[in-house]
Amino acid sequence: MSDPTGITEASVAEAKDAALAAIAGASSVGDLKVVRTQHAGEGSPLARLNAELRNVPADLKAASGKLVGQARAQVSAAMQAREEELFAVEEAAQLAAEAVDVTAVPRRWTPGARHPLNLLMEQIGDIFVGMGWEIAEGPELENEWFNFDALNTDADHPARSEQDTFFVEPIGSQLVLRSQTSPVQIRSLLTRELPVYVIAPGKVFRKDELDATHTPVFHQVEGIAIDRGLTMAHLRGTLEHFARLMFGAEAKIRLRPNFFPFTEPSAEMDVWQPNAKGGARWIEWGGCGMVNRNVLRAAGIDPDEYQGFAFGMGIERTLMFRNEELKDMRDMVEGDIRFSQQFGMVV
Amino acid sequence: MRVPVSWLREFVDAPASITPDELHAALVRVGLEEEGLHTFGLEGPIVVGEVLEFVDEPQSNGKTIRWCQVDVCPGDARGIVCGAHNFFVGDKVVVTLPGAVLPGPFPIAARKTYGHVSDGMIASARELGLGDEHDGILRLAELGLDPEVGADAIALLGLDDWAVEVNVTPDRGYALSIRGIAREYSHATGAEFRDPADASRWSSGASQGDTRIETANAISVILDDRAPIRGHEGCSQFVTRIVRDVDPSRHTPAWMISRLGLAGIRSISLLVDISNYVMVELGQPLHSYDLDTIRGSITVRRAAPGEKLTTLDGQERALDPEDLLITDEEGPIGLAGVMGGERTESTSSTRNVLIEAANFDPITIARSARRHRLPSEASRRFERGVDPAVAVAAASRAVDLLVELAGGTADAAIGRVGTVEDRSPIVLPADYVNAIVGADFTRQEAVDALTAIGAVVTEAADGDLVKPPTWRPDLRDRADLAEEVARIVGYDRIPAVLPTAPPGRGLTREQSLRRSVSTMLASTGATEVMAYPFVSEEQLGLFGERVPAVELSNPMDGAAPYLRTSLLPGLVTVAQRNLSRGLTDLAIFELGVVYLPGAAIVSRDAALPSGTQRPSDAVLEDLEASIPAQPLRVAALFTGDVIRKQPGLAASGASLADALTAAEQVATAVGASLDVRAATSHGLHPGRTAGLYLGDEEVGIAGELVPALAHELDLPRRAAVMEIDLSRLMEHAPRDVSSHPIATLPAATQDVSLVVDASIPAADVLGAVTEGAGALLEHAELVDDYRGPGVDSGMKSLTFALRFRAPDRTLTAAEATEAKLAGVASAAAKWGAFLRE
Repeated sequence: MSDPTGITEASVAEAKDAALAAIAGASSVGDLKVVRTQHAGEGSPLARLNAELRNVPADLKAASGKLVGQARAQVSAAMQAREEELFAVEEAAQLAAEAVDVTAVPRRWTPGARHPLNLLMEQIGDIFVGMGWEIAEGPELENEWFNFDALNTDADHPARSEQDTFFVEPIGSQLVLRSQTSPVQIRSLLTRELPVYVIAPGKVFRKDELDATHTPVFHQVEGIAIDRGLTMAHLRGTLEHFARLMFGAEAKIRLRPNFFPFTEPSAEMDVWQPNAKGGARWIEWGGCGMVNRNVLRAAGIDPDEYQGFAFGMGIERTLMFRNEELKDMRDMVEGDIRFSQQFGMVV
Repeated sequence: MRVPVSWLREFVDAPASITPDELHAALVRVGLEEEGLHTFGLEGPIVVGEVLEFVDEPQSNGKTIRWCQVDVCPGDARGIVCGAHNFFVGDKVVVTLPGAVLPGPFPIAARKTYGHVSDGMIASARELGLGDEHDGILRLAELGLDPEVGADAIALLGLDDWAVEVNVTPDRGYALSIRGIAREYSHATGAEFRDPADASRWSSGASQGDTRIETANAISVILDDRAPIRGHEGCSQFVTRIVRDVDPSRHTPAWMISRLGLAGIRSISLLVDISNYVMVELGQPLHSYDLDTIRGSITVRRAAPGEKLTTLDGQERALDPEDLLITDEEGPIGLAGVMGGERTESTSSTRNVLIEAANFDPITIARSARRHRLPSEASRRFERGVDPAVAVAAASRAVDLLVELAGGTADAAIGRVGTVEDRSPIVLPADYVNAIVGADFTRQEAVDALTAIGAVVTEAADGDLVKPPTWRPDLRDRADLAEEVARIVGYDRIPAVLPTAPPGRGLTREQSLRRSVSTMLASTGATEVMAYPFVSEEQLGLFGERVPAVELSNPMDGAAPYLRTSLLPGLVTVAQRNLSRGLTDLAIFELGVVYLPGAAIVSRDAALPSGTQRPSDAVLEDLEASIPAQPLRVAALFTGDVIRKQPGLAASGASLADALTAAEQVATAVGASLDVRAATSHGLHPGRTAGLYLGDEEVGIAGELVPALAHELDLPRRAAVMEIDLSRLMEHAPRDVSSHPIATLPAATQDVSLVVDASIPAADVLGAVTEGAGALLEHAELVDDYRGPGVDSGMKSLTFALRFRAPDRTLTAAEATEAKLAGVASAAAKWGAFLRE
C-alpha cells in the first residue's frame, strides 16, 4: 500500500508505540500531562497522522481512518488507565503524609462543669415534677413572720436565738436569712390554689462554723402536699418513691417519732441504703410529718377540711450518701474547680 | 440526756443483761434518738488494798516518792511506788494491778521506777473517773466505805455502770429525767414502770393533797409577779422543805458520784450533789439555801430597774426588769430557775438547809438564761416545762437523802404557795387518729397508748375526751394525741401509699431558662461555683457603683457582715482560693441572688402578726414590702488560659473576649440578644469594659480588671469578668421567637473595607452600613480591623463581609453593588467613613 499522506501501518504503529511507551514511562500525574501533550496533543505524531486523513484518497479512507482511530483510542485508553493508577498512588501517599496521632489532636474547647449540688436539686425537682408536683421558690432574705411565726415557731422558740439564725441589722427590721426552706411552704399555701403539691429546693443559712460536717450556708429541699384526706401513709409512700429514685430500687424508708414545730405528728426519716460501703444500713435523711394545724390556720386553710404532709432533707447530706467518698463539707463550698469537675455535667 | 443504766433499772424492769445497743434501740423506737455511750473505761483487776507500811524516799529530782507495801488479797502484799502523800498506814485504797486499764487508755503493768519494781498503782479519784477535784489518793474511808481487802473496786464504786445518751426534743421536757426515760422505756418494751415520784416511796414524802402542806413552814413565801410575760405568771408553785443539823463533814457516796458523773454532772459537795441527783431523777430542778443566811420571808418577783445580784459563780449581774427573782428582805437571793445567789448558797459549813422546788414560767426562764448567757441544767428543764405535780415529791426525796446521807433532821411542815392548774381535756374525734396517720389502729390500741403515757381517757359522744398527764404540756390538740398513739403503737404500722397529685405545669419559664444558662456556660467551658454571700466593706466597693447593702447583726465573721450586692467579689474569692492551690487557668461562673435593699434598712413599726391565723392581705403585702429586692444574677470570671497550649494549637489567654462570649452565651440561652457598648466601671479597665444592653436598658457589664486591682487581689494581670442581671434579662427576653421564611435563591456576596476614625466603634459603622444597604442585605459581619501602612495614623480600616439576597429573584452583581454603595454612603454620612483604595 502506498499513500502520499504517509499513513502507513508502520508509521501509525511507530507513533502509537512511542506514545504507549511514554505513557508507561510516566511516573506521576504531572509527567503524564507532558506525555499527553507530546503524544496526543496538537502537533503530536498521532495528531498529525489524524490530520492527514482528509488527504487520503477515497478508496483508502476507511482503512486509514480505522488504522489511525484504533491507535488513538488505544493511546487514550492507556492514558486514562495510567492516570488513574498514578492518581491512586499519589492520593495514597498524600493520605499517608497527612496522618496524625489521634491521641494528640488538640481540643478547641476546655470542659466546664455544673456544681453537683445544683445538679442534684434539679434532679430532685425533676423527680417530683414527674409526679405532677411543681417547684416553688421564695426569697433567701425573709421576713421573720414567714420563717418563724407562720410556721408555729413561737417568739421565744430557741431556734429564733442569735445562736442559730442570722438576723439583719437593725433587729427591728424583722429580717432574717431563712433558716429553712419552709417559708416557701407557707408562701405556697398563701398564694396557690388548693390542692397544693410543691417542692422547694434552695439555699438556707444557719450560724454553724464551717467544718467537715457543717456549713453556715447549705441547701435543703422541702416538699409539702395539702389536699383532702392526705395521711402519713401518703407521706411514707411519697418518700419511698423518692428514695428509690435517689438511692436505687431497694431503698426504703423508716419513720421514727421526732419533734418539729411545723408538723404534728412529726417523724425523723431514715433511709435504708443497701449499697452503703461497709454494709447496708439506715441513714438519717431528714424530718417530716403532717403539717401542723396551726400552720394551716396561718395560711387561712381550714385544718378540718384540708390536711397534708411536709418533709425536708439536706442536699449536701444527700450528696454525701450517694457519694460516700465525699467526707468533707468544705469541698462543696470552697469552689475548688476540681470538685465540680469530678462531676462534670452529671451527678 | 445521759441515762445511767443502773439508775434506770431502779424504776423500770430492764433486763440486767441489757446492752447499750439494745437500750438505744428501745429508746429510738419511741423517738429518743441515739447520741452516744458513756462508760468509765476501766478494766480490772482493780481491787481494794490496805496500806501495810510505807517509806518516804526523797529523790534527786526534788520529789519524794512513797515506797508502799499494800495488801491486795489476804497475804498478798505488793510493793507499789506512789507520788501522793495524803494517806496513812491502815487506809483502804484502790489498787490497779498489772493488766488493768485506766481511761486513756492507760494499761497498767509492773514497771521499774525510782529503784523499785512498782507492782501496780494506787489510784486517785480522778484516775478512776470519779471526779477531777482531788489529786491525792482516793481513801475509801472518805466515802464511808470499809470493804474487804481484795474486793473488786469497780463494782464497789459503781464504775461498771454505763450511760446511754439520747437526744430529747424540745417538746419532751419530762424526758430530761430518769423518771421520764424509764417511762419511755416502758412504752417501748412493755416493761413495768414504777414512778419514782410516787409519794409512798419516800418516808418524808407527801402527795399533793397531804395535810402537812401549809402555805408556809418556818419561812413564808409570797408570789408577787406584777409583770407577767405574755400573760404567764413567773412562778406558779413554790414548795419549800427544811432540814436541820446536817453534818458538813459527810462525803457524797461513791454510787451517787458515779451516777452523777455518768449523767454528766460533776460532784461538788454532798448538799449540791443531792439537789442535782433529785433533779436528774425526777426532772425537778431544786435549789438548796443555807437557811441561816435568809433574812425574813421570801418573795418571788420581777427585778427592779438597776437591781443587781451576785450569783454563786461570783459574778455580779445587772438584772433586767423581765428577770424573775427569789428575794429575801435584804434583796435578791437567786435568779429564778437559772442560778442561785452567792449570799445564801449552801456551803461546806451549812448546818440548816432550805430546799426549794418551784415551777417557773418557761418563757421567763428561757429569756433570763439567754440574756445572762447562763444555760444551766435547771434552766434547760424549766424552758421545756417541768411537771408541776412532782415538786412536793422532789423536795421530799431530797429531804430523805439529806436525812440519810447528811445526818440531818427534817421539819415535818411542807411549805407551798401557788397552784397546780388542772389540765382541760382534749376532744379526740373517733376517726381522727387513722384519718391523719393513715393506719388501721383500733380504738382500744389508741386508748391503751394514751393511758400508757399517763393520760386519762373518757368516752364521749363522738369520740374520746383525753386529759393529758401533768408532765406533758406539749399535748395541746388532737394532732398531738394522734402522734402519741402512732408513736406508742408504732410508726412501722403506717403503710406506704403514693398520692396522686393533680396534673402539674412542669418547670416555670424562669426555672427552665436558668437551667439553660447554667448548662450553656458549663458546656462551653466554665465551672459552676457557689460562693458564700457574706462580704466585707472592702468587697462591697470592689466593682462598680457602691449601693446600699444589707448588714447582718450577728455575722459569722465580724469582718464580713454584709450580704453581697454583686456576685463578683465572691468569684474573686473563689479564684484566689483556686490560684493558691496552683489552679491557674480559671473559667468560673455562679448563678445566685444579690441583696439590694435600695436604701438603708430601718426598724419596722408594725409588730409581727400572730402565726395563729392568716393575716389580712394588707398585712401580707406590708410584710412582702419589708423584704429587700433579691434579683438573680449570673457572673463569670476568666483568668489564665481559656484554651491551653496543645500540639498544633497555641494557648489562648483569658481576656475581655471571654467575658463577652459568656455574656452572649447567657443571652442566647434565654433567647435574648445583647448590644455591647463601651463603658467604664470602677475596678474595670477603662479601655476594656463593655456595658451590656437589652435595647436601651443596661443589664450587665463585662470587662477586664484594671491591672492595679488585679495585682492588689493577687490575681494575674489579665482577668476578665462579666455580670448580668438575669432576672431582668429573662423578664425582657422575647417570649416568642420571630421567624421568617428562608429565601433559597442564590446570594451575592461582597466585601467592603471602610476607613474611619480609630475611635469609632465598629458596631456603629456596621449599624450604618446595614441601615443604608436596605432590605437586600441579608447578613453583614466585621471580618477585619486593620491599622498600619496604607491607613493613616489615627484611622482604621474595617472590612465587612456582606451577603445580599432577594426573596423573589436572582440578584445581579450590579444590584448588590448598588446596595453596598448605599451602605457605604450611609456610613460616610454618619461616621465619615470612606472606601479604602
